[in-house]
Amino acid sequence: MMPDLGKYALWVLSAYGVSIALLATITVLSILQSRRTRRALQAMEAGRKTGQGESARSATPGTVKEAANG
Amino acid sequence: MSLWEYANPTRFMRVTGAALPWLWALTALCLAVGLTWGFFFTPDDFRQGSTVKIIYLHVPSALMGINAWLMMLVTSLIWLIRRHHVSALAAKAAAPVGATFTLIALATGALWGQPMWGTWWEWDPRLTSFLVLFLFYLGYMALWAAIEDPDTAADLTSVLCLVGSVFAILSRYALVFWNQGLHQGASLSLDAEENVHDVFWYPLLVCIAGFVLLFVALVFLRTRTEIRARRIKALETRARMSAA
Repeated sequence: MMPDLGKYALWVLSAYGVSIALLATITVLSILQSRRTRRALQAMEAGRKTGQGESARSATPGTVKEAANG
Repeated sequence: MSLWEYANPTRFMRVTGAALPWLWALTALCLAVGLTWGFFFTPDDFRQGSTVKIIYLHVPSALMGINAWLMMLVTSLIWLIRRHHVSALAAKAAAPVGATFTLIALATGALWGQPMWGTWWEWDPRLTSFLVLFLFYLGYMALWAAIEDPDTAADLTSVLCLVGSVFAILSRYALVFWNQGLHQGASLSLDAEENVHDVFWYPLLVCIAGFVLLFVALVFLRTRTEIRARRIKALETRARMSAA
């Protein structure tokens, strides 16, 4: 199935290898960064809601920060 | 409905969230079909032999390297004029993607040039302006990373983007301006006489569609990440202020 690339096989295969590797790298890094940020925001907003509930009950300042960091 | 409604982060997140699965699917389809078609089912060129298969990577990536910068130019102008944060974040999100495409164009160009021209690199107007464009991408990303205040960073990077646009345009039209150097003329043009033969042209079009879709999908994804990161910063600031 592999086409006969003749004497230029090294150049052609290197071009495909480099390109696919770079495209895969930027795609995977973007997806991982997106997941990490989404999880961090979800945790922070969940903590913030908990913190708001607690601070409404106890009226203790600083709870939001602690919940977000936790 | 106005285009400016997408400057609202909530609306942007909703629309891009719905569009992204379709974009990924279309991107994978176009790239798989285009690259398989080009690599396995197209003949060798009578002069360039099998190296012509590099065209399916080199031309789309060069095209997107330049157009990504032009997209950043438009979004930077929107930021400077209308102060929409989403547009500044979209420009920031597009830079690493554009830099990757530019790097691919430079690398595949060198790998194509060595067997055809007998050299990896030549200080040809088109190649040189493309290298300068790549350096502008690096400078743009470094500037974003170096400035703490996001609005100041957006202002300064927008100005840098305006300056770099000269090289984005030069890298496209260097051949027309100087009419010298090793690099050949345009492979694609609205003027059909300049285009490559149909047997290479159709798979190339599918590859270009794949690269465009990949760029849009990555910019959407990365802009969503930037919007979330901005929200995290805002929450942290709010928490700090309420603690003080």
